Amino acid sequence: MHSIMQQPFKNAVLILVWGWLLFLVLAPNLLVVGASVMTRDPVSFLSLPLNLDAYRQLFDPLYLDVFLHSLYMAAMTTLVCLLIGYPFAWALSKVGKQRQLVLIFLLIVPFWTNSLVRTYALKLILATNGLLNSALMSVGLIDEPLQLLYTEGAVIIGLVYLLLPFMILPLYSVFEDLKQELLLASHDLGAGRLSTFVHVIVPLTLPGVLAGVMLVLLPAMGLFFVPDILGGSRNLLVGNVIKNQFLDARNWPFGAAASIVLTVTMAFLMFAHRLSKRRIGEEGA
Amino acid sequence: MTRWLPRTYLTLVYILLYVPIVVLVVFSFNESRTGYAWGGLSLRWYEALFNNRAMVNAMWNSLWLALSAATVSTVIGTLTALALHRYRFRGKKLLNGMLFVVMMSPEIVLAISLLALFLLVGLQLGYVSLLLAHVTFCLPFVVITVMARLSGFDESLPEAARDLGASDFTMTRTVLIPVIMPALLAGWLLGFTLSLDDVVVSTFVSGPSYEILPLRIYSMVRVGLKPEVNALGTLLLVFSLVMLMLSQWILVRSKR
Repeated sequence: MHSIMQQPFKNAVLILVWGWLLFLVLAPNLLVVGASVMTRDPVSFLSLPLNLDAYRQLFDPLYLDVFLHSLYMAAMTTLVCLLIGYPFAWALSKVGKQRQLVLIFLLIVPFWTNSLVRTYALKLILATNGLLNSALMSVGLIDEPLQLLYTEGAVIIGLVYLLLPFMILPLYSVFEDLKQELLLASHDLGAGRLSTFVHVIVPLTLPGVLAGVMLVLLPAMGLFFVPDILGGSRNLLVGNVIKNQFLDARNWPFGAAASIVLTVTMAFLMFAHRLSKRRIGEEGA
Repeated sequence: MTRWLPRTYLTLVYILLYVPIVVLVVFSFNESRTGYAWGGLSLRWYEALFNNRAMVNAMWNSLWLALSAATVSTVIGTLTALALHRYRFRGKKLLNGMLFVVMMSPEIVLAISLLALFLLVGLQLGYVSLLLAHVTFCLPFVVITVMARLSGFDESLPEAARDLGASDFTMTRTVLIPVIMPALLAGWLLGFTLSLDDVVVSTFVSGPSYEILPLRIYSMVRVGLKPEVNALGTLLLVFSLVMLMLSQWILVRSKR
């Protein structure tokens, strides 16, 4: 049991940690919620009265278009990451242990490399007189360069490139936990490959899928520098809107409301993830 | 399933992941100014980089910021992990929850919330605001790294230390800290890299008084192609590779 002598150390640690989190996490987030229901003010950014105008503005056709387009690009990014990442994680989990370590290391190297620089590298490849066009023209597949840069596709490619490891790692961890006995049992009970996949593998890897979706979908709406570098002015993300509203248009309530949309999406995804994990826990017990 | 199919697939994806990086490195040694065509081997962009005073200045600013942010977040993060691991206290779940939220929430949400706070309390945007912000987003990563190490460790050691009359503080210093040292170093390196790489949060909470590297790069690459960025990118790549290998080496060695 703790004697009185031990209390000061414990208390000091707890005060430091709580202080930091309350001041730099809880308070700022409450501020954003507050800002979203206040009125725009050119001088002090925010003023009374309280109202829901900012949320109404989200449904303004002009912004609604941007949001839906951003959501579409984020959804496509997530889907592409899932389609590439699912078989990838599966294949990775089948490789020998020693080689697996090397492969995972190779997967996280890009994660440790400056993401702006990597996005810029894509520009070298996708530009009108860039490498991809030159290569396609030199083998005679196309006669004149394709417009690859400043398109929706370029933004999605950029986002997939930056976010793919975040899809693969949680998937890899569920494939690692997948018990071989369950697959054998399914086989012994007469299930075919497809049936085993649909009824055993998919449900058991669902938490990994949802974790991956969460880690990809949200940044895919927020990483404003990707459209800035690759997308041109017509392919904006929610992140670009938030940034413009806070730093250029100085419309804080609207920027705050837009960011709350992201937070609510996150909360929803986290809830789904928990639910799927709990279900597996119950079935496994 | 045949063996070659998964292997071919893995190889293909790795090639796609690495092509842009290889292109960047190769082009950093390109003499040509246009950036797309090969004009012979040259180090001129590296030279241009180091002759650019604003760039070198931003580099030092970034290094100093990353060093300090990693250090502060390692100290606070380690103490938090120890508290979560050893103490029972009220609101423990809430504390865990807040850390989780920081880690999961989109960077831009954290960025605007911090900007709102800094402007409200009247903090001048610059080094201090950047430091506070960077420590905040590095913190959860340090906490989970250290927690992972603590959870796999023999509980009888701290008890023995306490039975021998060590105070909590002494026990932490002489028993726990040495045990978690590898995780502590790995957490520090992770924090350092996260800080050095950050664009989103820094865009919001930095001011003209303290220009850092990612923002400098950002303003360069938005307009056209800048060959210096290839050289800078290559240097950053080598730097993070060294850091990553260092942290892996520390973690692997400590498991033996």
